[in-house]
Amino acid sequence: MSEYAVVLVYSTGHAIQAERVLNGAGVDVKLVPTPRHLSSDCGSAVRIAATARDAAEKLLAGSGVEIDRIVMLDI
Amino acid sequence: MIYLDNAATSWPKPACVHESMLRFMREIGANPGRSGHRLANQAEGVRFDARETVARLFGVRDPMRVIFSHNATSALNLVMQGLLTPGSHVVTSGIEHNAVMRPLRALQRRGVAVSVLPCSSSGETDPADLAPLIRPETRLIVTTHSSNVCGTLTPIREIGAAARERGVPFLVDAAQTAGCVPIDLETDNIDLLAFSGHKELLGPTGMGGLALRDDFDFAALPARTFGGTGSRSEHEEQPDFLPDKYESGTPNIAGLAGLFAGVRYIMERGVAAIQAHERALTRRLIAGLSEIPGSRIQGTRHAEKQTAVVSFFIEGASVSETSRQLDERFEIMARPGLHCAPAAHHALGTFPEGTIRFSPGLFTTDEEIDRAVDAVARIAGEVGA
Repeated sequence: MSEYAVVLVYSTGHAIQAERVLNGAGVDVKLVPTPRHLSSDCGSAVRIAATARDAAEKLLAGSGVEIDRIVMLDI
Repeated sequence: MIYLDNAATSWPKPACVHESMLRFMREIGANPGRSGHRLANQAEGVRFDARETVARLFGVRDPMRVIFSHNATSALNLVMQGLLTPGSHVVTSGIEHNAVMRPLRALQRRGVAVSVLPCSSSGETDPADLAPLIRPETRLIVTTHSSNVCGTLTPIREIGAAARERGVPFLVDAAQTAGCVPIDLETDNIDLLAFSGHKELLGPTGMGGLALRDDFDFAALPARTFGGTGSRSEHEEQPDFLPDKYESGTPNIAGLAGLFAGVRYIMERGVAAIQAHERALTRRLIAGLSEIPGSRIQGTRHAEKQTAVVSFFIEGASVSETSRQLDERFEIMARPGLHCAPAAHHALGTFPEGTIRFSPGLFTTDEEIDRAVDAVARIAGEVGA
């Protein structure tokens, strides 16, 4: 089972924007280099706990932050 | 020393601007948007802070709609050279800076038709003159928000309303007003706002940008500079999303750190409060210069109708010689000549000799204004002697 999910975004600016929205809502986040097998769109992605995925998706949609998609990380 | 050249660039900058730039240089220093490590992310955080703060200042909801560039000139060029193709038509005002007129004259040689709104001898534009100039092929209306020569404000809200009614994008050159005149893209009917980052926004030189109204469709505005953005690296095509579409190459993050601190400083002090302070200085300056025999002030001569830019000359004295004396004898920094705006000087009737320009800023004091007026009075008295 996945421990983490990553929010894939179009640019690092969007990563910072997503990080701040999630942080502000109390979701634990960490900016990580985007896993190469997932995307080469942007150097940074926002890692969250797998359990926070649905909450994160709603928060980001509600705040108007543009994201590519959220992917579960297989470990 | 008395610095009255804030229309060229503001000085001094508040300490928070120097400190923010130094902190970036000492503690972060990395290239944003690229490498994904913590310093790169912190650098991106600095850039995002600047974007978000500037967006808030101008009433733009989406911070990605703030594009950073080297200066207002490059932002103006991005829009004019992008939207105006051969066969299209553009309307501008009669008091423009060369940041608008030179790109338009170059485009005119490539087949773009240019119409100029008439203005009065004090630099005032009547928005009612716009409608008859608009044609089916009009692709852009571009005006300055205020004259860099005499400070006269342009009625941008009314011009913008007329532009909106006809579906023509409205570009405003806010080099002289961003930070000292309240601006809201929504209520002021502005589609595209070019701003300087180093004048009243208090950042370092080499900073500027373009703010896009939230509903402006940027699909028709092509990129002007293409290159690396850190995003979509597997593609050799430029990204089509904001802000990367218009921001290629490594940005000046130390400069953005300074710009962020400057804009935050302005917002804490309040743009309306800054405007009130500068109006009081302008009123004092106009009143003082008006009493000097032989001095001739250009523009509206009403602080409420202009920014803190006052142009004048002394009858019988050359403006460059007067300016030299102001510097050497009185340590007053002013700017003589045509101020990169021959069109405005034609309108004011001061071409080709030009004027002396005093431009106080938010750190200028009443006492400095009085000393500058005294200095002009002494020089004018010697001319008559």
